[in-house]
Amino acid sequence: MEPLVIDVKGMHYTPLNKIIREAVASGIKEIVLNNVLGQRFIGNGVRGDAKITINGVPGGDLGMFMSGPECEIFGNAEHAPGNTMDYGSLIIHGSAGDAVAHSMRGGKVFVKGNIGYRGGIHMKEYEGKRPILVVGGTSHAFLGEYMAGGLILVLGIGQEPTIQDRGIGSGIHGGEIVIRGDVNEKLLGVGAKKVEFNEDDLARLTPVIKDFCERFDIDSSQFLDTNYSRIIPASSRPFAGKYTWE
Amino acid sequence: MSLGSVPLKYKISIDRDQCMKCMRCVDNCSYGVYRIEDDKILIDSRKCTACHRCISMCPRDAINLQEKPVDYRSHPLWTAEAREDVINQARTGKIILAGMGNARDYPIIFDRLVLDACQVTNPSIDPLREPMELRTYIGKKPAKLEFTKNNGDVELKTKLAPNLKLDTPIMIGHMSYGAISLNAQLSLAKAVAKTGTFMGTGEGGMHESIYPYQNHTIVQIASGRFGVDINYLERGAAIEIKVGQGAKPGIGGHLPGEKVCSDVSCTRMIPLGSDAISPAPHHDIYSIEDLAQLVRSLKEATNWEKPVFVKIAAVHNVAAIAAGIARSDADAVVVDGFKGGTGAAPKVFRDNVGIPIEAAIAAVDEKLNEQGIRNKVSLIASGGIRNSADITKSIALGADAVYIGTASLIALGCRVCGNCYRGLCPWGIATQKQELVDRIDPEIGSENVANLINAWTLEISELMGAAGLNSIESLRGNRERLRGYMLDQGLLDVLKIESVGA
Ligand code: SF4
Ligand code: SF4
Repeated sequence: MEPLVIDVKGMHYTPLNKIIREAVASGIKEIVLNNVLGQRFIGNGVRGDAKITINGVPGGDLGMFMSGPECEIFGNAEHAPGNTMDYGSLIIHGSAGDAVAHSMRGGKVFVKGNIGYRGGIHMKEYEGKRPILVVGGTSHAFLGEYMAGGLILVLGIGQEPTIQDRGIGSGIHGGEIVIRGDVNEKLLGVGAKKVEFNEDDLARLTPVIKDFCERFDIDSSQFLDTNYSRIIPASSRPFAGKYTWE
Repeated sequence: MSLGSVPLKYKISIDRDQCMKCMRCVDNCSYGVYRIEDDKILIDSRKCTACHRCISMCPRDAINLQEKPVDYRSHPLWTAEAREDVINQARTGKIILAGMGNARDYPIIFDRLVLDACQVTNPSIDPLREPMELRTYIGKKPAKLEFTKNNGDVELKTKLAPNLKLDTPIMIGHMSYGAISLNAQLSLAKAVAKTGTFMGTGEGGMHESIYPYQNHTIVQIASGRFGVDINYLERGAAIEIKVGQGAKPGIGGHLPGEKVCSDVSCTRMIPLGSDAISPAPHHDIYSIEDLAQLVRSLKEATNWEKPVFVKIAAVHNVAAIAAGIARSDADAVVVDGFKGGTGAAPKVFRDNVGIPIEAAIAAVDEKLNEQGIRNKVSLIASGGIRNSADITKSIALGADAVYIGTASLIALGCRVCGNCYRGLCPWGIATQKQELVDRIDPEIGSENVANLINAWTLEISELMGAAGLNSIESLRGNRERLRGYMLDQGLLDVLKIESVGA
């Protein structure tokens, strides 16, 4: 089937999303959007297994509530790509803004470059659904804040140290944050603790690392060792001891 | 144990001459007040919460409950409660958790407002023989209507925004599955379907058994996004973004892990037994522009077919916030006053933070009118609404409709004991223990709640008729029908009403 190619220059997001939704519902498997410039909510709530190629810079909440499609973005992404995303993938060839993968509950978000503040906040998992956020570069403060499940992996390509911002895993009560190299304990938020990253962890994460590297044509062998810090919740009930009865 | 124990809050006694030892009190008390030893019923009054379950189940009226049987030396500043809170915190070093609404003795403004009635010059209306219009539409209204003429036919040109159609201005506010039991939620869902109105799901997702009533639900999304996916959004008749809550303005929600049983965990889509934490801020909302983005994102995901509400707690600058919300493309603003209930809140918040709903409604309505944007948004009031008079007064102050919460639970048996956060509710409401949940029959429960809504709707019609009004539209924001009794001038100015006699 021929891909559906749309020049979205100057187009408002509502008609654009309508076209995408109808196209996916009608069985079109490939959509190419050219000249994307700030259109928000692309792929919002779309269900299906289509591939959406985005050439340009999409606006906020890319793929919010999305369930199924894969979006590949040849450019940067704005605020909160993958917000409350259910399933599917966002492959971002540039950097992304704040609150990337906010409350994401399934699928994967790969960002080749850097992300802003509060990346992976509230990510959660349930039964078979385990969301994955991989960042090639670095992240700003509050990475994985209130995280309740899933995996955040930060590779720190071209960064030394990988992360310099604080509040990593504040309020984390599920899931894991894996960061290349050693992480200064001072950067950890309340409720987060650093544990050793061992061979088993590497075996578990190897497919994710390879998947990410293949997507962006990066040599994965440089990341296949145990030089990572693993950050997990100190407790699954961080506030259990905070209250007494009236 | 240097502090020893504090006196009993309640003292239970059994009239042994009356008692027939049926043991219903033993079976009914989930707090463990009663036990049997050598064929004798023993009582541990210290465990009593005054939930009244035993009293209401005793076939012989043999149980007696006395509040604060032992008192401290009286002192106007150091009340028993003040002293006991200090002792509790000196012992534990923790935040005191409390349930239900504000338990302080603040004056109730509703009780200082009186409604007006018609006499000779402008006759009252008899609802028995005149039709009374209580139908309420929640959502944006156009500033003006435009028509096109087509061969003598007139067609509406203005595109109307989606509205919720209510047969009564009474809705049931958001109480999540998790905070309350499934049978309690099911009773409320059946009741709103029967009475042509809506209920909120709370921030906990939607359980399958509510699906048949989904056209009568407003689905809520809070900062933690529990149970939120595209299916959930599509199920609701409307979507509500919860920013704040009257019982605890400025802080988020927290369902303790012990209430996250398997069914709750699958509805919320989180692991069994983990805490469900939704902090106060939505981390993708840091401004009105961000809020507008979330509102639009929800609309975009659901094809612009559903109204989106934004719920905030009543606080001092509530009117300005509501005006921002009206401009964010939201269809309704829900304002929750400081007497609003909750399953669990830090006591210091419940009892001290926020403002009364009466002042908030008036301030919001006034500001939206002043700015010429009142039509852009409906105003829903909640937080401590106890009867049809409170509802009528709320509407006269400017609300389009109200949410009731605690009142609907009282209709299911709740006796406002305030121990909801312990998960042991003997009435089967604020609990997930199956043996307690089974105490509610959703059929009977829904009858009771529907009766309450119907009774209040009748009373509102009567009050409107007495005021010479036959449509709820004419009551809305009609402060001429209200007077303040023993209210100071400052408050009369905020409420924009006259004093009695004027
Ligand atoms: S319920 Fe009443 S009659 Fe029955 S055992 Fe208890 S006190 Fe006695
Ligand atoms: S819901 Fe249950 S626990 Fe809560 S106040 Fe009512 S009776 Fe008490």
